[in-house]
Amino acid sequence: MDARNSWGSYPDAQGRFGQFGGRFVAETLMPNILALQQAYEEAKADPSFQETLDIFLRDYVGRPSPLYFAERLTEHFGGAKIYFKRDELNHTGAHKINNCMGQIFLAMRMGKTRIIAETGAGQHGVATATVCARFGLPCIVYMGATDVERQSPNVFRMKLLGAEVRPVDAGTATLKDAMNEALRDWVTNVKDTFYIIGTVAGPHPYPQLVRDFQSVIGRETKQQMLEREGRLPDALVACIGGGSNAIGLFHPFLEDESVKIYGVEAAGHGIETGLHAAALTGGRPGVLHGNRTYLLQNDDGQIIDAHSISAGLDYPGVGPEHAFLKDTGRATYLSATDDEALEAFQLCARLEGILPALEPSHALARVGEIAKDVGKGGIVVMNLCGRGDKDIFTIANALGAKI
Amino acid sequence: MPVGRLSNAFARAKAENRAALVAYVMAGDPSLEVCAAILDALPKAGVDVIELGFPFTDPMADGPSIQRAGIRALKNGTTLRKTMALVAQFRQKHPETPLIVMGYLNPVETMGYDAFARHAADVGIDGAIIVDAPPEEDAELRAAMQASDLALIRLATPTTDAKRLPAVVAGVSGFVYYVSVAGITGDKAIETADIAEAVAEVRQASGLPVAVGFGIKTPEAAARTAKIADGVVVGSALVDVIASAHETGGDAAMAAALFCQSLSQAIAQAR
Repeated sequence: MDARNSWGSYPDAQGRFGQFGGRFVAETLMPNILALQQAYEEAKADPSFQETLDIFLRDYVGRPSPLYFAERLTEHFGGAKIYFKRDELNHTGAHKINNCMGQIFLAMRMGKTRIIAETGAGQHGVATATVCARFGLPCIVYMGATDVERQSPNVFRMKLLGAEVRPVDAGTATLKDAMNEALRDWVTNVKDTFYIIGTVAGPHPYPQLVRDFQSVIGRETKQQMLEREGRLPDALVACIGGGSNAIGLFHPFLEDESVKIYGVEAAGHGIETGLHAAALTGGRPGVLHGNRTYLLQNDDGQIIDAHSISAGLDYPGVGPEHAFLKDTGRATYLSATDDEALEAFQLCARLEGILPALEPSHALARVGEIAKDVGKGGIVVMNLCGRGDKDIFTIANALGAKI
Repeated sequence: MPVGRLSNAFARAKAENRAALVAYVMAGDPSLEVCAAILDALPKAGVDVIELGFPFTDPMADGPSIQRAGIRALKNGTTLRKTMALVAQFRQKHPETPLIVMGYLNPVETMGYDAFARHAADVGIDGAIIVDAPPEEDAELRAAMQASDLALIRLATPTTDAKRLPAVVAGVSGFVYYVSVAGITGDKAIETADIAEAVAEVRQASGLPVAVGFGIKTPEAAARTAKIADGVVVGSALVDVIASAHETGGDAAMAAALFCQSLSQAIAQAR
């Protein structure tokens, strides 16, 4: 089958995007995962589910998020017009809440009474804690001890929202270890617990349902762009950790072949140093956390620790649909180093008056080249998926400033 | 006749009106040398089936004891290939004791399913449990294992309902591993009263011996389990015995053997 004409048909019934995806979990979780899939299909077929979700996305999250013409950055680079999809203006400061809002309604539909989540940068943890507070459900967030330290403002926010934050010391004490621990919790508390996964990874149906809940980003962008410019953009750009903000922007455009698609991974200290988080650029296919995808791994199939200044990108894998988009050539995956992201962060702050999170700062680091490549008269949309308030301590540290 | 070794072990236990003792140790823990000595000591200590873990960086179904054992093993440079070399060494002295390997899929995929199965058969491995390869995802692995006459042992759990059980036991050989609690290894203590019925159902559906594991930490718990199961799996508790003996400068192989003897005796007198 030619994937190019049927992007919407993935994943298949087995949760596969080509060879990627799937349901690689312990038997204890299989019945739960199948039940989730069924509940999700029923919810999709129920108009009242989407109606309720839409009301909360509008009145609570603040959607639609604006599409903003970044005029000064456009002038600075001298290429195509650069637009930001401003998902950093959402309630809680990032795109993560789009998905959490969808999953909390699913959890309640399924009668689950306890919510768990993993978080890296803390944005997904904060978004999960937020929806749990709003709907009165207990919330436990697993977070790598390293991330607890470097994202302390978000840890405090989660606690203020009534969530319990459990630091995870295992492994590198970052996002992948938090996900291991959340899976262990889930396996132990299968009956009453709903696991809100924050990215387009994990066992099927998570990559699909997180994508669907995040696709509101791309649907809005398309409509706003047609209203504003009367045509589709020439290129889309987004950062990739697990890849949820990126797939949210990309997915509604996959069948529009004129639209070029660029994902930007975290190159850490540089791909050549081995200290990076660029699974698509520097990894190979394998199985982790319930799905087959590109992974950073050694010759024995052991997972290699990821490195990035951005806690939200510090993950050795990537969502399976991105692996599929890479292999089919529909999307192009680039990378940006810690230093490039820091530089882009400062440029955006000074020229546009916006402090982006370190995650989209990686996308920002490549947006100038892409705008030049597209050229004057063209249009590039970048997903500004989170705001940088949470990162000011990390950035101060990296710049040698004291606050 | 790899599957034969497994069936023989369960048949012999049955003939002696007792459950088989299945002992789990992690390859390369506390070191490759000491692990070889531990393996060497297990058959004489009354272990009927050896379950040899091969380490993975992200063991998402394991509790702290086996997580730590895996980290120690990886630090010692243990790989899937070195795990197989340990088995080859073990087989030179122990042609009869069945040995299966247990771990996660990614190291197996990395080696390649066919290469894994062929290499495993060559060194005298009898079967494998791959924790994160449920029936929905193990067709390729199952075919490779069958081609090399190796048993693919699946896990059945308290969440495996009647609707799902036939799929779980289809195409399995050797035995079925019943996970006694919904949870990670070495976590909650086993409640044998709750599982007797489930074990009988799995035995009926599979026509195979059923070994029960997860949460069996003492000879007393082993004896209670032995009343209802065809096999009793002890993992985390044995791994802890090995770790504490090694850390305090003791003889880990001796400590492992003594602990297994106590389990074996308790099981022998249970029925």
